Amino acid sequence: MSLIELRGVHKRYGDVAAVAGVDLEIAEGEMFGLIGHNGAGKSTLFKMLLGLVSPSAGEICIGGQAVRGEAFRQVRRGIGYLPESLALYDNLSGLETLQFFARLKGADLAGCQPLLNRVGLAPAAAKRVRDYSKGMRQRLGFAQALLGSPRLLFLDEPTNGLDPQGILEFYRMLHELRSGGVTVVITSHILAEIQQRVDRLALMRNGRIQALGTVQALRAVRDLPLTLRIVLRAGAAETLRAALSAQDFCDVEIKDGIAHVHCLHSRKMVLLGVLAGLGAQVEDVEMREPSLEDVFLGYTDETS
Amino acid sequence: MSRIEISQIGVIAAKEFRERLRNRWVLAVACVFTVFALVIAYFGSAQQGAVGFRGIDVTIASLVSLVIYLVPLIALILGYDAIVGERERGSLELLLSLPLTRLELLLGKFVGLAGALGVATVAGFGLAGVLLFYQLGGEALYHYGGFIASSFLLGLAFLSMAVMVSVLAQDRMRASGAAIALWFFYVLVYDLLLLGILVVSEGRFGMDFFPVLLLLNPADIFRILNIFGFEEVRQLYGLATVFPETLANPWLLGAIMMSWIVAPLAVATWRFK
Repeated sequence: MSLIELRGVHKRYGDVAAVAGVDLEIAEGEMFGLIGHNGAGKSTLFKMLLGLVSPSAGEICIGGQAVRGEAFRQVRRGIGYLPESLALYDNLSGLETLQFFARLKGADLAGCQPLLNRVGLAPAAAKRVRDYSKGMRQRLGFAQALLGSPRLLFLDEPTNGLDPQGILEFYRMLHELRSGGVTVVITSHILAEIQQRVDRLALMRNGRIQALGTVQALRAVRDLPLTLRIVLRAGAAETLRAALSAQDFCDVEIKDGIAHVHCLHSRKMVLLGVLAGLGAQVEDVEMREPSLEDVFLGYTDETS
Repeated sequence: MSRIEISQIGVIAAKEFRERLRNRWVLAVACVFTVFALVIAYFGSAQQGAVGFRGIDVTIASLVSLVIYLVPLIALILGYDAIVGERERGSLELLLSLPLTRLELLLGKFVGLAGALGVATVAGFGLAGVLLFYQLGGEALYHYGGFIASSFLLGLAFLSMAVMVSVLAQDRMRASGAAIALWFFYVLVYDLLLLGILVVSEGRFGMDFFPVLLLLNPADIFRILNIFGFEEVRQLYGLATVFPETLANPWLLGAIMMSWIVAPLAVATWRFK
């Protein structure tokens, strides 16, 4: 069942079309990624989903409710939002900040301290936000988004300012939330971070959704080559080159006893067969699937 | 049209008020009011060749000038970045993603800042009033209470203008510029302009609607409210010749002052979309 539905959504600022005809459905409990270059229309789409700006045309519904008017206020209580440029109030402590947002959201104030504990800010609960590091502010922002046990989370570049440990903890929490049925819409410029974590993603360009699907499906559509890193025994380079040239593989580079072979998915088993035929001359093989970044660059290169 | 939830206004107002208390804004302004009020009350008659606490009419007349300069400036400084500041910092987006309407946010900001201004005004002038009480007696407190209340209303009128500026301005820099321009216009330029017109036209132009023009400036309304009741001071200010007694009804002046509070807020609400 779709929690979020967008039908023919447009947003124009004067002559500029920030969003130019987006149709999209996001299912309940789904982890959905939104990627694209700066200015692709992601932020505008986010703002429209949150009811911060109205679409020039089209309809947006969340939980069957149009994103506008008094009726949407109740829906908002079940939405958590972490903006990309998070600005909090320096004069308030971490706990006071959460209490302030909890009151506005109609959430239980008793839940603020446990939330601070959950994001690792318990020792800094009484400290003023002005003394928080960027990572601590981001954690506090995430705790704010989790107030009132939202059923839908909008996270815009949520790992900004987090250290590697913080990023891991963040995604662990996100995984728990998702297991609990929370729907997550996430944007990130760090594609490696989200490629393993999203169920589906949309690639936006010039205000349109250029590609939509699972990471695997997008890879399959692009048919980008796999990369095999092959460690060879001494003197085996020429043997490998000869064996591969007979099979007409895409691209082969051999240097210092290590070969990098790029091969289409459909030719993967043939290549592995060739390597098996070389027997002990091959010491090791590592295979790398095209990353989300490769897919993204493939799409953007095509249109540019 | 969205329903207004008073509790949401209260949450925003409480936060604004607490922030001003915490960063000692209220304390600082209250101290400024107390010190200036006492100094001016004591030295206010120096031009007439005497110092010391005199009657309540002279004291209030001296304090009126102080308030006209100080309170609008403080109110404008307090409110000029109420909305544009949130927008520039990026916190506006987060606030509006919550179950909070723009009107609730605007009213919450205004109420919170008005609370801070009110506490500073009452505490600052009130403390001075306590000290004056021993010098001038209990009867003077009635007039002094009216003076404090009208000072607060004057502050609210300029705070309302400041909040309007904070909605209309594109950034904090422009908002501060507009706030200073408003202060210059209403506090320094407006009366000079009227006086200039009167002098240049040798009283032929504007005499009929001069009183109405005075009502178009909240600072002048405040002045009339506070000094019209004292015959001696009225003569001193020359008001008796230009301002008719029918227009000097305190309730009428109070109502006009209220409209100076409501009108800019209404414009701000209309533009804050």
